Amino acid sequence: MTTAATPLAAAAAPVARRRPPRPVRRRRALMAIAEHSLLIAAAIAFLAPLVFIALTSLMTDDQALSPDLWPHPAQWDNFAEVFRQAPLARYALNTFIYAGLATVFMLVSSIPVAYALARLRWRGRHAVFLIVLVAMMLPPQVTVVPVYVMWAKLHLVGSLWPLILPNLLGDAFSIFLLRQFFLTIPEEYLDAARVDGCGELRILTTVVVRLAKPAIAAVGLFMFLYCFNDFFGPLLYTGESPEHWTVAVGLAQFRTLYQVHWNLTMAATLLVIAPVIVLFFLAQRVFVEGVTLTGVKG
Amino acid sequence: MSRDLAAERARARRRAAWKRRGLVLGFMSPWLAGFTVFFGYPLLATAYYSFTHYDLLSSPRWVGLANYEYLFETDGRIWPSVANTLWLIAVAVPLNVLFAFGIALMLSRARRGVGFFRTVFYLPALVPPVAATLGFVYLLNPATGPVNIVLRALGLPDPLWFDSPTWSKPSLVLLGIWGVGNMMIIFLAAIVDVPRQLYESASLDGAGPLRRLRYVTLPSISPVILFAVVIGVIEGLQYFTQAYVASTIAGGSAAAATEGANSLGYPGDSTLFYPILLYQQGFRYFNMGYASAMAMLLLVVSFVVTALIVRNSRRWVHYQGAPAR
Repeated sequence: MTTAATPLAAAAAPVARRRPPRPVRRRRALMAIAEHSLLIAAAIAFLAPLVFIALTSLMTDDQALSPDLWPHPAQWDNFAEVFRQAPLARYALNTFIYAGLATVFMLVSSIPVAYALARLRWRGRHAVFLIVLVAMMLPPQVTVVPVYVMWAKLHLVGSLWPLILPNLLGDAFSIFLLRQFFLTIPEEYLDAARVDGCGELRILTTVVVRLAKPAIAAVGLFMFLYCFNDFFGPLLYTGESPEHWTVAVGLAQFRTLYQVHWNLTMAATLLVIAPVIVLFFLAQRVFVEGVTLTGVKG
Repeated sequence: MSRDLAAERARARRRAAWKRRGLVLGFMSPWLAGFTVFFGYPLLATAYYSFTHYDLLSSPRWVGLANYEYLFETDGRIWPSVANTLWLIAVAVPLNVLFAFGIALMLSRARRGVGFFRTVFYLPALVPPVAATLGFVYLLNPATGPVNIVLRALGLPDPLWFDSPTWSKPSLVLLGIWGVGNMMIIFLAAIVDVPRQLYESASLDGAGPLRRLRYVTLPSISPVILFAVVIGVIEGLQYFTQAYVASTIAGGSAAAATEGANSLGYPGDSTLFYPILLYQQGFRYFNMGYASAMAMLLLVVSFVVTALIVRNSRRWVHYQGAPAR
């Protein structure tokens, strides 16, 4: 198909460059205007929820109960009030313990696995990779009962350890992403290191890790965000012990637990959204790298 | 002499092979252990528990097929939860793909501000699900929510959204569409990757924009669409957080995290999805045996669904460069 198209395209080039006749130009301009209007309308629709959340977070109690949409006066104290109402700092600390440890543990355990799946030749690695994919796709609810029973018997229900410790034994999604990236490293780099007498472990810790830095950063970032956002896990294991709640669980309980109005609820919501948005603007390149990595390639 | 040398070499080779096996085993050991402890064993244990009565306090008691009989014949909440889950998948997955694709297509054709628009459409996908759900329950709250204020000002009907059994699932669908940013980025990357010559030769053959979309863009990115559909269905089968938060907040029950579970499914079981019911049975009522039977059904269904989609995809997914099968 491509071979047939190339000479045609070459022949077409001068035709395409010629200035098109007036009606065609006008139709194209109208199309472009229509498309851009649609794009702008959609962009406004996507931004509106964030704007309304922010506006409401600045309202007074009375105003939150009225149909007014603009805060007057802006009550900045709402954000401080959230901290006074709920132990948000405690939740944040728990979240960082969970997300931080889980991410470090996941990287230490998943990188060697991904390397063995991508770059070492051994019988059965394709079968094992398929099993990793299946494990990644099955709903966690399928195995949750016995896993919960296991942690209950170890007396660790009521803490965050059931969510942190499994990462020492690899995470299927991260293994999958890392493998996809390791596959793209040119064999010559690895061979050069082998000729220099490097063992596979040295190659992994020096050559591969250095070359795969962007991918490792992306996978680590995704893991961190996954933990930050995770609700099912913390609810399951810490639901009954509020001193171990993460930000996600605390936020979900905030409105009903403290009987507050929408203004404080939205202030708390905004406080949870803000760090993620800030992180995004700080690490935009890492995000883009990661998202395109998830889109099946290879 | 030479035979000794050959034997020596063979021994060295064997030693190297063992060393290599040890190396692979060492690298794979975290996954092997993790797979056994957190996947292989739990899968077998789920199957076992599903034939027992187990409340975590006393040891499991064998009850044969009783859990399955209850599941298929007696439990009046199973089928609503299955129907809700299927409804969500059937409505949300196509709509999400459509919106993600539409936005990606517009972005790929836009001339100005692509970076800005891309960020705008991606940002909501970053918002933590709990926060996004809270935001939507507020935006759509019937009395003072901005959406209904605007609808009333325009003289349009103002639904009860998360407080109405008819509108609660569509509200969750809206929430899902707001978060299509990830899928949109993947679509955008795929659309930009479509070779230019294909469009040019299609134009030469007299194909207008719509036909180029139908015969060039869509076939070229069909593997990515399949990926999005599979992921969407899998996520639909485990849909939990948004439904849990929406029903507990809109249902407005007070007190501790776990007591909020009383309003799960609010209003009127219209947001009772399969994973929600499984959670309630297993971890609020501690019917571990029954929850295991539900998990077995989920296992079978997710297996069949994924296999079906991937199998039937051969008909409409076009893999560039791959020989036609």
